Amino acid sequence: MNRIFKFVMLDILNNKIVIAYTLLLAALSWGVFSLEDNSTKGILTLLNVILLNVPLVSIIFSTIYLYNSNEFIELLLSQPIKRSKIWISFYLGLCSSLILAFLLGAGIPILIYSPDSTGVMMIVVGLFITAIFTSLSFLSSIITRDKAKGIGIAIMLWLFFALVFDGLILFLLFQFSEYPIEKIMVGVTVLSPIDLARILVLLHLDVSAMLGYTGAIFKEFFGTVLGGIITIALMCLWTFIPFFISLAKFKKMDL
Amino acid sequence: MINIQNLSKSFGKLQVLNNVNLGLNINQSIALIGPNGCGKTTLIKCILGMVIPSKGEIKFKGSSIKDEYTYRDEIGYMPQIGHYPDNMTIGHIIDMMKEIRSTEKKLDEDLLHAFKLKDMFGKKMRTLSGGTTQKVSATLAFLFNPDVLILDEPTAGLDPIASEILKEKIISEKQKGKLILITSHLLSELDDMISGLIYMQEGIILLQNTTAEVQARTGEMKISKAISHILKTMNNE
Repeated sequence: MNRIFKFVMLDILNNKIVIAYTLLLAALSWGVFSLEDNSTKGILTLLNVILLNVPLVSIIFSTIYLYNSNEFIELLLSQPIKRSKIWISFYLGLCSSLILAFLLGAGIPILIYSPDSTGVMMIVVGLFITAIFTSLSFLSSIITRDKAKGIGIAIMLWLFFALVFDGLILFLLFQFSEYPIEKIMVGVTVLSPIDLARILVLLHLDVSAMLGYTGAIFKEFFGTVLGGIITIALMCLWTFIPFFISLAKFKKMDL
Repeated sequence: MINIQNLSKSFGKLQVLNNVNLGLNINQSIALIGPNGCGKTTLIKCILGMVIPSKGEIKFKGSSIKDEYTYRDEIGYMPQIGHYPDNMTIGHIIDMMKEIRSTEKKLDEDLLHAFKLKDMFGKKMRTLSGGTTQKVSATLAFLFNPDVLILDEPTAGLDPIASEILKEKIISEKQKGKLILITSHLLSELDDMISGLIYMQEGIILLQNTTAEVQARTGEMKISKAISHILKTMNNE
């Protein structure tokens, strides 16, 4: 595993897009923190910026990288290497290099301007979002062999989780505002990793006004500590499930 | 060595391999021939585990290759069209393969020297011509001195000199008693390289014989002529 992992990692770290991504995150983070005099405000602004950018870059870059590595995967498959090992090494390689980019770009300024548990929570959220959307990219690239379709699916997934999902929730709330649907809404929140990430940070910040409808219900429902544990557990599921589905498919794929 | 039983493979509705049964043993050099799209490459990829069969079983040295991967240590594979990562150089590819195989066997660098690849170690794969890429594929297939060589259209795209080098290499490996499986469209160049042949059509094996038998049956010494003779009689029947 180490050799493929090492190769993928080095290949990606040399990639100009990942370097640009690191610089972008750095520029955004330093910019946000130097504009806001209050670090909590800074964290809140940065949270929204990160929840939009990190998923986008993670899912699209990984999907394109996987399609471009098709030949390399084919070459490896004719060698005495286990199929699952190839796929897992690619995941770990992609995930670790994107996480490294996040830590260098956003992690450092966050820890400098907000060296408390909120800052740490922001970094944890960033890592989870990177891992989850890399995992989703493995799923979208294995669903179809057509590169354009695969990237299309990746963009749709990002669009859905970053924008459409919140719209749907609002729509449901207005439509069913006369019914007691709070419990159902908590269940629905679980379906979006970005919402989970937002709730995780906001629960920690204790800014009730910012929690939003689902967040507020979430807090009322589970309380801060239990809520945090449950959100982290759910984000772990969001990381593993898409990847394992893609792994099962990869094991049966014809090349 | 390689035993194939009732192997079938279909891609969607397209049946590519239809109940193929085949036994290949050490000390055989076999040409796998047939028209385009008859399932030669699919059969080879099934043996390598790159394509998962719909039905049937492949055994390598007596044990099934399903979910196995270590057996590929003993196979050298040269693909029809080699695909390599664009950004890697020839040197990187060869070093990486050496690391992946991490074999204790003595490396066979004959082709590396014969093709003068050492002089091009710094060249990126993207910049190589089709022929040079084939040279890299051939070198990798022979490098680890495997007991089984699977060569998919080995001389396609190679210049006459390189093609001659490769043919001599195949003949010398054949004399060492290895199992060699070659697919080719160019029947005329197979003559000295093979000891048996398999003819496939539409996913079915129509003919499996040693060259001596084929020659005796048809009275033709040249394999290309012998095969066209057999095909004509088959069509007439």
